[in-house]
Amino acid sequence: MRLREIAHSRTGDKGNTSNISVIAYDEKHYSLLLEQVTSERVRAHFTGVVEGEVVRYELPDIAALNFVMTQTLGGGVTRSLALDAHGKSLSSALLDLEIIASPDNT
Amino acid sequence: MRTIRIGSGAGYSGDRIEPALELAEKGEIDYLVFECLGERTVALAQQARMKNPDSGYDPLLEERMRAVLPVCAAKGIKIVTNMGAANPEGAAKRTAEIAKSLGLSSLKIAAIVGDDVLDACKERDFPIMEFDGTIRQLGNRLLSANAYLGAEPMVQALSGGADVVITGRASDPALFLAPMIQAFGWPMEDWNLLGQGTVAGHLLECAGQITGGYFADPPYKDIPDLARLGFPIGEVAEDGSLVVTKVAGSGGAVTARTCKEQLLYEVHDPTQYIQPDVVADFSQVKIEEIAADRVRVSGGRGAKRTGTLKVSVGYIDSYIGEGQISYAGPGALARGRLALEIVRERLKLTGVSTNELRFDLIGVDSLHGAQLSAGANEPYEVRVRVAGRTENLREAVRIGNEVETLYTNGPAAGGGAWKSARDVVAVASVLLPRELAKPQIRFVGE
Repeated sequence: MRLREIAHSRTGDKGNTSNISVIAYDEKHYSLLLEQVTSERVRAHFTGVVEGEVVRYELPDIAALNFVMTQTLGGGVTRSLALDAHGKSLSSALLDLEIIASPDNT
Repeated sequence: MRTIRIGSGAGYSGDRIEPALELAEKGEIDYLVFECLGERTVALAQQARMKNPDSGYDPLLEERMRAVLPVCAAKGIKIVTNMGAANPEGAAKRTAEIAKSLGLSSLKIAAIVGDDVLDACKERDFPIMEFDGTIRQLGNRLLSANAYLGAEPMVQALSGGADVVITGRASDPALFLAPMIQAFGWPMEDWNLLGQGTVAGHLLECAGQITGGYFADPPYKDIPDLARLGFPIGEVAEDGSLVVTKVAGSGGAVTARTCKEQLLYEVHDPTQYIQPDVVADFSQVKIEEIAADRVRVSGGRGAKRTGTLKVSVGYIDSYIGEGQISYAGPGALARGRLALEIVRERLKLTGVSTNELRFDLIGVDSLHGAQLSAGANEPYEVRVRVAGRTENLREAVRIGNEVETLYTNGPAAGGGAWKSARDVVAVASVLLPRELAKPQIRFVGE
Protein backbone atom coordinates (compact mmCIF):
# COMPACT_ATOMS: atom_id res chain seq x y z
CA MET A 1 0.00 0.00 0.00
CA ARG A 2 0.96 3.63 -0.27
CA LEU A 3 2.10 5.67 2.72
CA ARG A 4 -0.92 7.86 2.02
CA GLU A 5 -3.21 5.13 3.37
CA ILE A 6 -1.77 5.36 6.90
CA ALA A 7 -0.22 8.81 7.23
CA HIS A 8 -0.61 12.49 6.45
CA SER A 9 2.10 15.03 5.85
CA ARG A 10 3.02 18.72 5.62
CA THR A 11 6.05 20.49 4.17
CA GLY A 12 7.76 23.53 5.66
CA ASP A 13 10.69 25.58 4.38
CA LYS A 14 13.61 27.54 5.82
CA GLY A 15 16.24 28.81 3.42
CA ASN A 16 17.51 25.86 1.36
CA THR A 17 16.16 23.28 3.83
CA SER A 18 12.81 21.54 3.57
CA ASN A 19 11.15 19.63 6.40
CA ILE A 20 8.39 17.11 5.87
CA SER A 21 6.30 15.67 8.67
CA VAL A 22 4.84 12.18 8.37
CA ILE A 23 2.05 11.63 10.89
CA ALA A 24 0.23 8.33 11.46
CA TYR A 25 -3.55 8.62 11.20
CA ASP A 26 -3.73 5.85 13.78
CA GLU A 27 -1.08 5.49 16.52
CA LYS A 28 -0.90 1.74 15.88
CA HIS A 29 0.84 2.45 12.57
CA TYR A 30 3.66 4.46 14.14
CA SER A 31 5.86 1.34 14.34
CA LEU A 32 5.36 0.81 10.59
CA LEU A 33 6.53 4.35 9.96
CA LEU A 34 9.56 3.83 12.21
CA GLU A 35 10.51 0.61 10.41
CA GLN A 36 9.87 1.57 6.82
CA VAL A 37 10.00 5.34 6.41
CA THR A 38 13.72 5.69 7.02
CA SER A 39 16.02 8.57 6.13
CA GLU A 40 17.65 6.36 3.51
CA ARG A 41 14.35 5.60 1.79
CA VAL A 42 13.28 9.24 1.84
CA ARG A 43 16.65 10.25 0.40
CA ALA A 44 16.28 7.67 -2.40
CA HIS A 45 12.66 8.69 -3.09
CA PHE A 46 13.77 12.28 -3.59
CA THR A 47 16.76 11.54 -5.83
CA GLY A 48 17.29 14.58 -8.01
CA VAL A 49 15.43 16.78 -5.51
CA VAL A 50 17.46 16.49 -2.29
CA GLU A 51 21.10 17.44 -2.83
CA GLY A 52 22.08 17.35 0.85
CA GLU A 53 21.32 14.99 3.71
CA VAL A 54 18.10 13.70 5.24
CA VAL A 55 17.81 13.59 9.04
CA ARG A 56 14.84 11.94 10.76
CA TYR A 57 13.42 13.05 14.11
CA GLU A 58 10.96 10.87 16.03
CA LEU A 59 7.94 12.18 17.97
CA PRO A 60 6.29 9.16 19.62
CA ASP A 61 3.82 11.29 21.63
CA ILE A 62 2.07 12.33 18.43
CA ALA A 63 3.03 9.25 16.37
CA ALA A 64 4.95 11.36 13.91
CA LEU A 65 8.29 11.60 12.14
CA ASN A 66 9.96 14.78 10.95
CA PHE A 67 12.36 14.67 8.01
CA VAL A 68 14.79 17.53 7.57
CA MET A 69 16.31 17.67 4.09
CA THR A 70 19.17 20.06 3.40
CA GLN A 71 20.11 21.57 0.00
CA THR A 72 16.66 20.85 -1.35
CA LEU A 73 15.12 24.17 -2.38
CA GLY A 74 17.12 25.28 -5.41
CA GLY A 75 19.65 27.27 -3.39
CA GLY A 76 17.01 28.78 -1.07
CA VAL A 77 13.36 29.78 -1.22
CA THR A 78 14.12 33.43 -1.88
CA ARG A 79 16.44 32.76 -4.85
CA SER A 80 15.27 29.46 -6.36
CA LEU A 81 14.50 29.07 -10.07
CA ALA A 82 11.91 26.42 -9.25
CA LEU A 83 8.20 26.82 -9.91
CA ASP A 84 7.46 25.62 -6.37
CA ALA A 85 10.26 27.48 -4.65
CA HIS A 86 8.98 26.58 -1.17
CA GLY A 87 8.77 22.88 -1.96
CA LYS A 88 5.23 22.87 -0.62
CA SER A 89 4.23 20.08 -3.00
CA LEU A 90 6.91 17.67 -1.72
CA SER A 91 4.72 16.21 1.04
CA SER A 92 2.31 14.77 -1.52
CA ALA A 93 5.19 13.10 -3.34
CA LEU A 94 6.38 11.44 -0.14
CA LEU A 95 2.91 10.00 0.54
CA ASP A 96 3.35 7.94 -2.63
CA LEU A 97 6.03 5.83 -0.89
CA GLU A 98 5.29 2.09 -0.92
CA ILE A 99 4.66 0.54 2.51
CA ILE A 100 4.59 -3.21 3.06
CA ALA A 101 1.83 -4.17 5.46
CA SER A 102 2.03 -7.42 7.38
CA PRO A 103 -0.94 -9.07 9.15
CA ASP A 104 0.27 -8.05 12.63
CA ASN A 105 0.79 -4.37 11.87
CA THR A 106 -2.32 -3.34 9.97
CA MET B 1 -7.45 30.19 36.79
CA ARG B 2 -7.21 33.23 34.51
CA THR B 3 -7.41 32.59 30.80
CA ILE B 4 -6.82 34.86 27.83
CA ARG B 5 -8.05 34.32 24.28
CA ILE B 6 -5.71 35.28 21.45
CA GLY B 7 -6.96 35.39 17.85
CA SER B 8 -4.66 34.98 14.87
CA GLY B 9 -5.80 37.41 12.18
CA ALA B 10 -3.30 36.75 9.38
CA GLY B 11 -0.85 34.04 8.43
CA TYR B 12 1.01 36.12 5.87
CA SER B 13 1.04 39.59 4.36
CA GLY B 14 -1.62 39.03 1.71
CA ASP B 15 -3.98 36.93 3.83
CA ARG B 16 -7.79 37.18 3.83
CA ILE B 17 -9.12 40.02 5.95
CA GLU B 18 -12.71 39.09 6.81
CA PRO B 19 -11.75 36.11 9.02
CA ALA B 20 -9.88 38.60 11.23
CA LEU B 21 -12.96 40.76 11.48
CA GLU B 22 -14.99 37.66 12.31
CA LEU B 23 -12.55 36.89 15.15
CA ALA B 24 -12.87 40.41 16.54
CA GLU B 25 -16.67 40.46 16.28
CA LYS B 26 -17.54 36.93 17.38
CA GLY B 27 -14.39 35.34 18.81
CA GLU B 28 -14.62 36.82 22.32
CA ILE B 29 -10.90 37.48 22.05
CA ASP B 30 -8.68 39.68 24.21
CA TYR B 31 -5.88 40.04 21.67
CA LEU B 32 -5.76 40.01 17.87
CA VAL B 33 -2.38 39.21 16.35
CA PHE B 34 -1.46 39.75 12.70
CA GLU B 35 1.68 37.94 11.53
CA CYS B 36 2.47 39.43 8.13
CA LEU B 37 6.23 39.34 7.67
CA GLY B 38 7.76 36.65 5.45
CA GLU B 39 11.48 35.92 5.33
CA ARG B 40 12.32 38.50 2.72
CA THR B 41 9.43 40.94 3.20
CA VAL B 42 11.53 43.33 5.30
CA ALA B 43 14.21 43.46 2.61
CA LEU B 44 11.63 44.27 -0.07
CA ALA B 45 10.02 46.84 2.23
CA GLN B 46 13.43 48.41 2.85
CA GLN B 47 13.86 48.76 -0.92
CA ALA B 48 10.46 50.47 -1.09
CA ARG B 49 11.39 52.79 1.77
CA MET B 50 14.62 53.82 0.04
CA LYS B 51 12.43 55.12 -2.80
CA ASN B 52 9.79 56.64 -0.52
CA PRO B 53 10.70 57.28 3.15
CA ASP B 54 7.04 57.26 4.24
CA SER B 55 6.46 53.74 2.90
CA GLY B 56 8.08 50.47 3.94
CA TYR B 57 5.24 49.01 6.01
CA ASP B 58 2.70 46.36 5.09
CA PRO B 59 0.67 47.31 1.99
CA LEU B 60 -2.52 45.97 3.60
CA LEU B 61 -2.02 47.84 6.90
CA GLU B 62 -4.63 50.44 6.06
CA GLU B 63 -7.25 47.95 4.88
CA ARG B 64 -6.72 45.69 7.91
CA MET B 65 -6.78 48.50 10.45
CA ARG B 66 -9.88 50.10 8.92
CA ALA B 67 -11.61 46.72 9.08
CA VAL B 68 -10.84 45.82 12.69
CA LEU B 69 -10.08 49.01 14.65
CA PRO B 70 -13.70 50.02 15.34
CA VAL B 71 -14.72 46.66 16.81
CA CYS B 72 -11.39 46.16 18.61
CA ALA B 73 -11.70 49.61 20.20
CA ALA B 74 -15.30 48.95 21.23
CA LYS B 75 -14.46 45.62 22.84
CA GLY B 76 -11.04 46.52 24.26
CA ILE B 77 -9.22 43.98 22.06
CA LYS B 78 -5.49 44.74 21.88
CA ILE B 79 -3.77 44.39 18.51
CA VAL B 80 -0.21 43.09 18.12
CA THR B 81 1.34 42.94 14.66
CA ASN B 82 4.60 42.94 12.72
CA MET B 83 3.01 44.94 9.89
CA GLY B 84 5.59 47.66 10.59
CA ALA B 85 8.03 45.77 8.34
CA ALA B 86 10.82 48.24 7.47
CA ASN B 87 9.02 51.23 8.99
CA PRO B 88 7.19 50.49 12.28
CA GLU B 89 7.00 54.16 13.24
CA GLY B 90 5.49 55.09 9.87
CA ALA B 91 2.97 52.28 10.28
CA ALA B 92 2.10 53.46 13.81
CA LYS B 93 1.59 57.05 12.63
CA ARG B 94 -0.58 55.89 9.74
CA THR B 95 -2.60 53.73 12.13
CA ALA B 96 -3.09 56.72 14.43
CA GLU B 97 -4.39 58.75 11.47
CA ILE B 98 -6.79 55.96 10.54
CA ALA B 99 -7.96 55.70 14.16
CA LYS B 100 -8.57 59.45 14.25
CA SER B 101 -10.53 59.36 10.99
CA LEU B 102 -12.71 56.62 12.54
CA GLY B 103 -13.33 58.75 15.65
CA LEU B 104 -11.03 56.60 17.79
CA SER B 105 -8.38 59.17 18.70
CA SER B 106 -7.99 57.88 22.26
CA LEU B 107 -6.32 54.65 21.10
CA LYS B 108 -2.71 54.34 22.25
CA ILE B 109 -0.49 53.13 19.46
CA ALA B 110 3.10 52.00 19.98
CA ALA B 111 5.89 51.20 17.53
CA ILE B 112 8.79 48.91 18.42
CA VAL B 113 11.96 50.01 16.68
CA GLY B 114 15.52 48.71 16.85
CA ASP B 115 15.24 45.48 14.89
CA ASP B 116 17.15 47.28 12.12
CA VAL B 117 20.74 46.29 12.96
CA LEU B 118 22.33 47.09 9.60
CA ASP B 119 24.86 49.51 11.10
CA ALA B 120 25.91 47.13 13.87
CA CYS B 121 26.32 44.34 11.32
CA LYS B 122 28.44 46.46 8.98
CA GLU B 123 30.58 47.75 11.83
CA ARG B 124 31.45 44.38 13.34
CA ASP B 125 31.01 42.17 10.26
CA PHE B 126 29.65 38.64 10.77
CA PRO B 127 29.89 35.37 8.87
CA ILE B 128 26.85 34.35 6.80
CA MET B 129 25.34 31.06 7.98
CA GLU B 130 24.09 29.75 4.63
CA PHE B 131 27.20 30.20 2.47
CA ASP B 132 30.87 31.18 2.69
CA GLY B 133 31.16 34.91 3.08
CA THR B 134 30.51 37.79 5.44
CA ILE B 135 28.17 40.74 5.61
CA ARG B 136 30.83 43.16 4.38
CA GLN B 137 31.61 40.93 1.42
CA LEU B 138 28.07 41.51 0.14
CA GLY B 139 29.25 45.07 -0.58
CA ASN B 140 26.70 47.28 -2.26
CA ARG B 141 24.38 44.32 -2.82
CA LEU B 142 23.50 44.47 0.91
CA LEU B 143 20.00 45.90 1.47
CA SER B 144 18.95 45.24 5.04
CA ALA B 145 19.74 43.45 8.29
CA ASN B 146 16.97 42.93 10.81
CA ALA B 147 17.18 41.05 14.08
CA TYR B 148 14.39 38.76 15.20
CA LEU B 149 13.44 40.57 18.40
CA GLY B 150 11.83 38.75 21.30
CA ALA B 151 8.70 39.47 23.32
CA GLU B 152 10.16 41.92 25.86
CA PRO B 153 9.64 45.24 24.05
CA MET B 154 6.09 44.23 23.11
CA VAL B 155 5.42 43.29 26.75
CA GLN B 156 6.63 46.74 27.82
CA ALA B 157 4.44 48.43 25.23
CA LEU B 158 1.38 46.51 26.43
CA SER B 159 2.26 47.30 30.06
CA GLY B 160 2.53 50.94 29.03
CA GLY B 161 -1.10 50.84 27.97
CA ALA B 162 -0.74 50.31 24.24
CA ASP B 163 -3.92 49.28 22.44
CA VAL B 164 -2.00 48.61 19.23
CA VAL B 165 1.61 47.38 19.13
CA ILE B 166 3.39 47.50 15.77
CA THR B 167 6.78 45.88 15.29
CA GLY B 168 9.15 45.29 12.43
CA ARG B 169 11.12 42.05 12.48
CA ALA B 170 10.24 40.03 15.55
CA SER B 171 10.03 36.32 16.09
CA ASP B 172 6.58 35.22 14.91
CA PRO B 173 5.72 33.20 18.06
CA ALA B 174 6.85 36.16 20.20
CA LEU B 175 3.92 38.20 18.85
CA PHE B 176 1.69 35.74 20.73
CA LEU B 177 4.04 35.14 23.66
CA ALA B 178 4.10 38.85 24.53
CA PRO B 179 0.39 39.05 25.50
CA MET B 180 0.77 35.90 27.64
CA ILE B 181 3.81 37.24 29.48
CA GLN B 182 2.16 40.60 30.02
CA ALA B 183 -1.23 39.28 31.08
CA PHE B 184 0.08 36.65 33.49
CA GLY B 185 3.32 38.26 34.63
CA TRP B 186 5.34 35.22 33.53
CA PRO B 187 9.01 35.53 34.56
CA MET B 188 11.35 35.87 31.57
CA GLU B 189 13.46 33.01 33.02
CA ASP B 190 10.66 30.45 33.38
CA TRP B 191 11.88 28.48 30.40
CA ASN B 192 9.19 25.79 30.52
CA LEU B 193 6.37 28.35 30.57
CA LEU B 194 8.00 30.29 27.74
CA GLY B 195 8.47 27.01 25.87
CA GLN B 196 4.80 26.10 26.20
CA GLY B 197 3.83 29.67 25.24
CA THR B 198 6.05 29.33 22.17
CA VAL B 199 4.16 26.15 21.22
CA ALA B 200 0.97 28.21 21.35
CA GLY B 201 2.46 31.02 19.29
CA HIS B 202 3.95 28.63 16.75
CA LEU B 203 0.61 26.84 16.29
CA LEU B 204 -1.33 30.08 15.85
CA GLU B 205 1.05 32.18 13.74
CA CYS B 206 0.04 30.76 10.34
CA ALA B 207 -3.65 31.46 11.00
CA GLY B 208 -5.69 29.24 8.65
CA GLN B 209 -3.01 26.55 8.49
CA ILE B 210 -4.30 25.13 11.79
CA THR B 211 -8.02 25.43 11.05
CA GLY B 212 -7.94 23.31 7.90
CA GLY B 213 -6.04 25.39 5.36
CA TYR B 214 -3.02 23.76 3.66
CA PHE B 215 -4.55 20.47 4.85
CA ALA B 216 -7.51 19.27 2.77
CA ASP B 217 -6.74 16.20 0.65
CA PRO B 218 -10.00 14.58 -0.43
CA PRO B 219 -11.11 11.91 0.24
CA TYR B 220 -8.47 11.23 2.94
CA LYS B 221 -8.64 14.57 4.71
CA ASP B 222 -11.86 16.48 4.06
CA ILE B 223 -12.43 19.95 5.49
CA PRO B 224 -15.81 21.71 5.34
CA ASP B 225 -16.37 25.18 3.95
CA LEU B 226 -12.80 26.27 3.08
CA ALA B 227 -14.14 29.37 1.32
CA ARG B 228 -15.26 30.60 4.75
CA LEU B 229 -12.25 29.28 6.65
CA GLY B 230 -12.27 30.54 10.23
CA PHE B 231 -9.01 31.71 11.79
CA PRO B 232 -7.78 30.20 15.07
CA ILE B 233 -8.12 31.25 18.67
CA GLY B 234 -5.71 30.14 21.39
CA GLU B 235 -7.17 29.92 24.88
CA VAL B 236 -4.17 30.18 27.15
CA ALA B 237 -4.36 29.80 30.92
CA GLU B 238 -2.01 31.26 33.49
CA ASP B 239 -0.18 27.92 33.82
CA GLY B 240 0.39 27.81 30.05
CA SER B 241 -2.25 25.22 29.28
CA LEU B 242 -3.64 25.71 25.79
CA VAL B 243 -6.81 24.93 23.87
CA VAL B 244 -6.87 25.73 20.14
CA THR B 245 -10.30 26.54 18.74
CA LYS B 246 -12.08 28.85 16.27
CA VAL B 247 -15.24 30.92 15.95
CA ALA B 248 -18.36 28.73 16.13
CA GLY B 249 -20.04 28.50 12.74
CA SER B 250 -16.99 29.52 10.71
CA GLY B 251 -15.60 27.23 8.01
CA GLY B 252 -12.76 24.78 8.49
CA ALA B 253 -11.96 22.47 11.40
CA VAL B 254 -9.58 22.34 14.34
CA THR B 255 -8.60 18.70 14.89
CA ALA B 256 -5.71 16.78 16.42
CA ARG B 257 -4.51 16.21 12.86
CA THR B 258 -4.46 19.87 11.83
CA CYS B 259 -2.61 20.68 15.07
CA LYS B 260 -0.02 17.92 14.61
CA GLU B 261 0.78 19.07 11.07
CA GLN B 262 1.18 22.66 12.19
CA LEU B 263 3.28 21.70 15.24
CA LEU B 264 6.01 20.38 12.92
CA TYR B 265 5.62 23.05 10.21
CA GLU B 266 9.02 24.65 9.52
CA VAL B 267 10.52 22.85 12.52
CA HIS B 268 13.86 21.05 12.28
CA ASP B 269 15.10 19.45 15.52
CA PRO B 270 11.91 19.43 17.64
CA THR B 271 13.93 19.45 20.87
CA GLN B 272 15.56 22.76 19.91
CA TYR B 273 13.25 25.34 18.39
CA ILE B 274 15.48 28.36 18.89
CA GLN B 275 13.65 31.58 19.70
CA PRO B 276 14.90 34.94 20.97
CA ASP B 277 13.29 34.35 24.38
CA VAL B 278 13.77 30.61 24.88
CA VAL B 279 14.96 27.41 23.22
CA ALA B 280 11.63 25.63 22.97
CA ASP B 281 11.27 21.86 23.05
CA PHE B 282 8.30 20.47 21.09
CA SER B 283 9.37 16.82 21.37
CA GLN B 284 7.04 15.87 24.24
CA VAL B 285 3.99 17.86 23.18
CA LYS B 286 0.69 16.01 23.57
CA ILE B 287 -2.37 16.78 21.45
CA GLU B 288 -5.91 15.67 22.27
CA GLU B 289 -9.35 16.52 20.95
CA ILE B 290 -11.61 17.45 23.88
CA ALA B 291 -14.68 18.58 21.90
CA ALA B 292 -15.61 19.55 18.35
CA ASP B 293 -13.10 22.16 17.14
CA ARG B 294 -11.39 22.17 20.54
CA VAL B 295 -7.93 20.66 20.85
CA ARG B 296 -5.82 20.64 24.01
CA VAL B 297 -2.08 21.02 23.48
CA SER B 298 0.27 20.42 26.41
CA GLY B 299 3.83 19.39 27.22
CA GLY B 300 5.77 22.20 25.58
CA ARG B 301 9.02 22.78 27.44
CA GLY B 302 12.01 25.05 27.17
CA ALA B 303 15.63 25.74 28.00
CA LYS B 304 17.60 28.92 28.57
CA ARG B 305 17.74 31.35 25.66
CA THR B 306 20.96 31.70 23.66
CA GLY B 307 23.29 34.70 23.72
CA THR B 308 22.59 35.63 20.12
CA LEU B 309 19.73 36.84 17.95
CA LYS B 310 19.15 35.59 14.43
CA VAL B 311 19.44 38.39 11.89
CA SER B 312 17.78 38.22 8.50
CA VAL B 313 20.04 39.84 5.91
CA GLY B 314 18.49 41.01 2.65
CA TYR B 315 20.69 41.35 -0.41
CA ILE B 316 20.49 41.48 -4.18
CA ASP B 317 21.48 37.96 -5.14
CA SER B 318 21.13 37.83 -8.91
CA TYR B 319 18.61 38.29 -11.71
CA ILE B 320 16.10 35.75 -13.01
CA GLY B 321 14.73 35.65 -16.54
CA GLU B 322 11.86 33.37 -17.40
CA GLY B 323 9.60 32.45 -20.30
CA GLN B 324 6.62 30.12 -20.72
CA ILE B 325 4.52 28.84 -23.64
CA SER B 326 1.82 26.16 -23.95
CA TYR B 327 1.16 23.23 -26.30
CA ALA B 328 -1.97 21.06 -26.37
CA GLY B 329 -3.70 18.19 -28.14
CA PRO B 330 -2.10 15.12 -29.74
CA GLY B 331 1.69 15.29 -29.59
CA ALA B 332 1.72 18.15 -27.09
CA LEU B 333 4.44 16.52 -25.00
CA ALA B 334 6.73 15.95 -28.01
CA ARG B 335 6.29 19.55 -29.14
CA GLY B 336 6.96 20.77 -25.60
CA ARG B 337 10.19 18.77 -25.45
CA LEU B 338 11.19 20.07 -28.89
CA ALA B 339 10.53 23.62 -27.71
CA LEU B 340 12.85 23.12 -24.71
CA GLU B 341 15.59 21.74 -26.97
CA ILE B 342 15.28 24.74 -29.27
CA VAL B 343 15.53 27.25 -26.43
CA ARG B 344 18.46 25.37 -24.88
CA GLU B 345 20.33 25.59 -28.18
CA ARG B 346 19.31 29.21 -28.83
CA LEU B 347 20.65 30.37 -25.47
CA LYS B 348 24.00 28.85 -26.42
CA LEU B 349 23.97 30.09 -30.02
CA THR B 350 23.20 33.66 -29.04
CA GLY B 351 25.61 33.63 -26.11
CA VAL B 352 23.24 34.41 -23.23
CA SER B 353 25.36 34.43 -20.09
CA THR B 354 23.77 32.45 -17.23
CA ASN B 355 24.88 30.96 -13.91
CA GLU B 356 22.08 28.43 -13.68
CA LEU B 357 19.34 27.23 -16.05
CA ARG B 358 16.21 25.22 -15.61
CA PHE B 359 14.00 23.59 -18.27
CA ASP B 360 10.55 22.44 -17.11
CA LEU B 361 7.42 21.02 -18.63
CA ILE B 362 4.64 22.20 -16.35
CA GLY B 363 2.13 19.38 -16.00
CA VAL B 364 4.87 16.81 -16.56
CA ASP B 365 8.05 17.24 -14.54
CA SER B 366 8.32 20.82 -13.25
CA LEU B 367 7.79 20.15 -9.55
CA HIS B 368 9.72 17.02 -8.63
CA GLY B 369 12.10 16.33 -11.50
CA ALA B 370 12.62 13.38 -13.82
CA GLN B 371 12.66 10.42 -11.40
CA LEU B 372 9.40 11.03 -9.55
CA SER B 373 7.65 12.17 -12.74
CA ALA B 374 8.76 9.20 -14.87
CA GLY B 375 5.64 7.02 -14.57
CA ALA B 376 3.04 9.65 -15.42
CA ASN B 377 0.70 9.34 -18.42
CA GLU B 378 0.94 11.77 -21.32
CA PRO B 379 -1.05 14.91 -20.52
CA TYR B 380 -3.48 16.68 -22.87
CA GLU B 381 -1.52 19.91 -22.56
CA VAL B 382 1.91 20.99 -21.36
CA ARG B 383 3.43 24.32 -20.53
CA VAL B 384 7.06 24.90 -21.38
CA ARG B 385 9.03 26.86 -18.80
CA VAL B 386 12.62 28.05 -19.02
CA ALA B 387 14.18 29.96 -16.14
CA GLY B 388 17.75 31.15 -15.72
CA ARG B 389 19.91 33.06 -13.28
CA THR B 390 22.03 35.88 -14.64
CA GLU B 391 24.36 38.60 -13.42
CA ASN B 392 22.31 41.47 -14.82
CA LEU B 393 18.85 42.37 -16.03
CA ARG B 394 19.83 42.64 -19.72
CA GLU B 395 20.85 38.97 -19.86
CA ALA B 396 17.75 37.94 -17.88
CA VAL B 397 15.48 39.60 -20.47
CA ARG B 398 17.07 37.51 -23.24
CA ILE B 399 15.87 34.24 -21.67
CA GLY B 400 12.18 35.12 -21.87
CA ASN B 401 12.69 36.48 -25.38
CA GLU B 402 14.04 33.12 -26.56
CA VAL B 403 10.86 31.44 -25.33
CA GLU B 404 8.56 34.09 -26.82
CA THR B 405 10.14 33.80 -30.28
CA LEU B 406 8.93 30.19 -30.36
CA TYR B 407 5.61 31.69 -31.49
CA THR B 408 6.88 32.16 -35.04
CA ASN B 409 10.07 30.09 -34.96
CA GLY B 410 9.23 27.04 -32.86
CA PRO B 411 7.00 23.94 -32.93
CA ALA B 412 3.43 24.06 -34.23
CA ALA B 413 0.61 25.61 -32.27
CA GLY B 414 2.44 27.17 -29.35
CA GLY B 415 0.22 29.63 -27.47
CA GLY B 416 -0.01 31.86 -24.44
CA ALA B 417 3.63 32.91 -24.24
CA TRP B 418 4.62 34.87 -21.16
CA LYS B 419 7.94 36.27 -19.99
CA SER B 420 9.50 38.10 -17.08
CA ALA B 421 12.83 39.39 -15.85
CA ARG B 422 13.47 40.58 -12.32
CA ASP B 423 16.11 41.17 -9.70
CA VAL B 424 16.20 38.65 -6.90
CA VAL B 425 16.21 39.96 -3.35
CA ALA B 426 17.31 36.99 -1.28
CA VAL B 427 17.84 36.58 2.44
CA ALA B 428 20.62 34.97 4.42
CA SER B 429 21.24 34.88 8.15
CA VAL B 430 23.87 35.89 10.68
CA LEU B 431 23.95 35.55 14.47
CA LEU B 432 24.30 38.82 16.37
CA PRO B 433 25.36 39.10 20.01
CA ARG B 434 22.08 39.87 21.76
CA GLU B 435 23.26 43.09 23.42
CA LEU B 436 23.96 44.74 20.05
CA ALA B 437 20.24 45.00 19.27
CA LYS B 438 18.66 47.86 21.21
CA PRO B 439 14.88 47.79 20.89
CA GLN B 440 12.91 50.89 21.83
CA ILE B 441 9.23 51.62 22.30
CA ARG B 442 7.80 54.75 20.74
CA PHE B 443 4.23 55.79 21.45
CA VAL B 444 2.71 57.89 18.68
CA GLY B 445 2.41 61.52 19.71
CA GLU B 446 5.08 61.36 22.41
